[in-house]
Order: sequence, then structure tokens, then C-alpha cells
Amino acid sequence: MIWVGVVVTSLGCLAIKAVGYALPSRVIARPVVQRVAGLLPVALLAALAAQQTFAHGQSLGLDARVPAMMVAALAVWRRAPFLLVVVLAAATAALWRMALG
Amino acid sequence: MGVALATGAYGFSFGALGTAAGLSVAQTCVLSLVAFTGASQFAFIGSIANPVSATLSALLLGLRNGLYSLRTRPILGPRGVRRLLAAQLTIDETTAMAAGQGTAEAARLAFWATGASVYVLWNLATLLGAVGAAHLGSPQHLGLDAAEPAAFLALLAPRLTDRRAVGVALAGAGVAIAATPLTPAGVPVLLAAGVAVVAGVRSPRAGGMADRTTGASG
Repeated sequence: MIWVGVVVTSLGCLAIKAVGYALPSRVIARPVVQRVAGLLPVALLAALAAQQTFAHGQSLGLDARVPAMMVAALAVWRRAPFLLVVVLAAATAALWRMALG
Repeated sequence: MGVALATGAYGFSFGALGTAAGLSVAQTCVLSLVAFTGASQFAFIGSIANPVSATLSALLLGLRNGLYSLRTRPILGPRGVRRLLAAQLTIDETTAMAAGQGTAEAARLAFWATGASVYVLWNLATLLGAVGAAHLGSPQHLGLDAAEPAAFLALLAPRLTDRRAVGVALAGAGVAIAATPLTPAGVPVLLAAGVAVVAGVRSPRAGGMADRTTGASG
């Protein structure tokens, strides 16, 4: 099942790019298309960030990921590079669990 | 050079988190080789508990790449096989680099040079990260479950350019959290996509956005 998802996602993402070069410009240039496509990543990335911070399956809760995200937010605000943000978050969660577990 | 270094770090994170999320090294690498669009790939591995919605989230995130051709096509004008190659390399980084040049010639060069180096580095870094993380140990123990939302936050931050984007981000996060106990895995994120559609369709400043978009293509 994961392979099906991998293949559909991979070919789908490639097809979207190819279709962009095949469609007439006036379709792509429509303001509503541009606006929705610009806002989709904002809503999806925010939703993914929030859900993966607070959700365990279908239940919500607070655990080591919350302090990790606070550190990550601080790092993002200080314009830290991508890898540093990710490593700081992982290290915070790991240390938090070590200290409390 | 800055773009290349950032890509390496970003690809390494993706590779490591991909295998930590339960994908094989081969599956992680196929995503980088064929999908070749970071945010979609992160969304896929982050929502893998439900492969159907993981795929839908990834494709929705990838839609923006289809629209970048509006800016890159007039510069490149590629045909045949080169057109497919150009399409595959049409992502955030190449579009931004091409759009930032003064002449068409410089834009073309920037597009192909950025595209080629990012493609090679992205895939090498993915492989290194995936193989490396496969030898590391338990994802929870290493805090990798906290690395994923941090990656999404880092991807989100540069897109919060105006008040409407901030509003859509907050609403999207709120909808996803509110829907989590009520809907199956993966659905909350797709509901959040609805927030973007509603906000985009209902925007009162339609004319201004369009002018700015076409203006940037020259």
C-alpha cells in the first residue's frame, strides 16, 4: 500500500508540473487559480505542523513535541537554517524525554 | 551556493525522516527522484498512517509547481524532451532564481544551473539521510517525531508574507486540530486545504493580486 502511494504521489507531482507547461497561460493566470494555489501550501503546512505537534492518532495531547516546537519556532524566528531547526526540535524532544522518563 | 547547501541539508532531513516514518530506502529515494518537490514529499511521509490522504495532501501541495510555468515558460520556451525536463525542474528554487535575473539569457542559465544542482544534491542527500537513519534506532528515542512538525514549521514560515496568509495558516491549523478527534487519520489536513480554497475564492482583492503576479513574470 505504501508503494502504491509512493508511485501515485511521485508520478502525480511530476504530471502536475508537466500539465503546467501544456495548459494555456490564460488558465493558469486566472487570479483565483493563483490565489488558491498560493494559499494551499500555507493551510496544509500549518495543519500538518499543528497536527503532528498535538495529535497521537485521533487523540490530542501535550508531550515532548510541544517544547520541541517552541524551540523550533524560536529558531525559525531567528532565521536558523532548515537542518538546524529540525535537529534542535529533535534534540529538545529527546532531552525532554530523557529528563522526565 | 547557498541554495545548494540548503538543499543538501533539507534533502538529508527528508531521507532520515522518510525511513524513520517507515518507508524503505528505495521508497524514500523514488519520491525524491520522481516527485522532486520537497513540501509534498514531507507531507507524504508525515501522513503515511493513511496512504490515500497522504497522497492527496502531497498532490495538493504540488499544485503550485504547475502554476510556476506561467513565469518559467516565457523564459525557457522549451520543446519536446527538454520541455519535460524543464517541467520536472520547475520548483520553488528554480522559479525564484530564474525570476530574479535581469535578462532572459541569465534567467535561462539560472534556471538550468539551479535545477541541475538542486536535483543532484537533493537526491544524493536523500540517499545519505535514508541510509543513515536506517542505522540509527528508535525514532521516538531520537526525537524524530518532533523533527517532522518542526520541518513543516520551517517550510511554512517563509510563506507567511501577509496578514491573509497568517490568517489562513491559523485557520488551517485550527481546523486540523478540531477535526482530529472527529475524523479518520489524514482527513483533518484535507479539511484544512478547504480553508485555502475558501479564502482564495472569496478574496476581495482579486485585481491587485493578478497585477502583481503577471508583473513578476517579466
